Amino acid sequence: MARPPSRRPGHNRKAQYSLFASYVVAMTGAAVGLLLVVVAIFDPTGFAAIRIATAEITRPASVTLKNMVSGVASIDEVLASYWRAGSQNVALRRQVEADRNRIIEAKAVAQENLRLKKLLKLVEDDGSELLTARLIASSSTSTRRLARLNAGRWQGVRPGMPVRAPEGLIGRIHTTTPNTAEVLLLTDTSNIVPVRRANDSVPAISTGLGDGTLEVRALAAGRNPFKPGDLLVTSGVGGVYQPNIPVAVIVRIAGEIAYGVPLANPSRVDAVVVERSFEEAVTRPEGNGPPAPVEPGAAQNSVTP
Amino acid sequence: MIDPHLQHVPRLGRHPSRFRLAGTPVITVMLGSLVTTLPVIAQSPVMPPFGLLLLLSWRLLRPELWRTWIGVPLGLFDDIASGQPIGSAMCLWTVTLIGIDAIEHRMVWRSYRQDWLIASFAIIFCIAGGVFFARITGGGDIKLLLVAPQILWTVLLFPFVVRQCARIDRWRVMA
Repeated sequence: MARPPSRRPGHNRKAQYSLFASYVVAMTGAAVGLLLVVVAIFDPTGFAAIRIATAEITRPASVTLKNMVSGVASIDEVLASYWRAGSQNVALRRQVEADRNRIIEAKAVAQENLRLKKLLKLVEDDGSELLTARLIASSSTSTRRLARLNAGRWQGVRPGMPVRAPEGLIGRIHTTTPNTAEVLLLTDTSNIVPVRRANDSVPAISTGLGDGTLEVRALAAGRNPFKPGDLLVTSGVGGVYQPNIPVAVIVRIAGEIAYGVPLANPSRVDAVVVERSFEEAVTRPEGNGPPAPVEPGAAQNSVTP
Repeated sequence: MIDPHLQHVPRLGRHPSRFRLAGTPVITVMLGSLVTTLPVIAQSPVMPPFGLLLLLSWRLLRPELWRTWIGVPLGLFDDIASGQPIGSAMCLWTVTLIGIDAIEHRMVWRSYRQDWLIASFAIIFCIAGGVFFARITGGGDIKLLLVAPQILWTVLLFPFVVRQCARIDRWRVMA
């Protein structure tokens, strides 16, 4: 193909000016874009308000599509389980035999626990759950890991609230619009979660790597205490996440750093639970029904018992 | 009476509406940006930026279609739809379009392969720039290696998208 027709408009003054003006507009637009990014360095959620309209308009489409494909999402898992079905069946049967005894023991322990709690007049009232909703879309083309939740400010969701699934932690609320909210996933590179090892409480910090895995650094100096297979749960430090939510399992060690995989896969979980931030849940006034939504600023000033 | 089927057949002397001529490219690019509405909860940046791909396809297929400022509104829309900081695609897309204009003046001979090469550089520039912007606006320590697969299959997907774009274009100009 030869060179496309030149854009130079010849001697026509009007056309020349129009072309020049178009470049000026384009340059200005690019500069404005750069400026908006610079503003976002200092105030990352500042222009999130612009997103409200799009998030609200595309919500019905995402919800409808989500309802249609929720069965398809796990098709790879179904196919994979046909592989080695026979040997897996034997192994699973043995495990069920072994687990049965443990379940009976655990039931007995639970009953005893209940009895002891009654003796101590402890009432277990964990009013931290706010609502259950579904993840309907995500920032799949961007390097940030944000997912869109099908519930927003009108449903009581506030920025900073932790989001979890039955399997483990998903992330926390980043921004909210009237009916949707953006969830900063656990694997986002800016999401830092204080964790501890489940069996002996070795404290650590987990940071997302953006590719579906986590980087875990132990807080103690010296040798890396983790080994593959270690289970991490939230420690409750920092007041955002409830303690003892399962977070990740360690898969690889590289010097000072351990790499983990989140236990809850946001693309597989059916519904997620939005919880009140931990500090808000433990410092709410005693009695009288569900607590009024506390402003984040107010929660920081209140005293931890 | 005329057979109703005949009314949809393109005929000589009929012109498509102005909305179809000018609106189709813009709408396709916006739909490309809205691919993030699909209910895929991605664990890593895997989805190719279809908005960018369609923008490049239209620009390289039809150089006379748009002025360079079209990158500003379309980029803004893409920023809103994707999770990138607002202003990122707005800046990168416009700079890309200006760059393509500058290259086009200097190139004497251009064919499909040169188009692909131009698009590849544009894709690498835009995705890498997006990573940079995401990193400086509080995204943490994002490595460029993380987007390498995304860059690879976006580049490989370009010929397919440009073909579909040409198909839409044929429909667009035929009444």
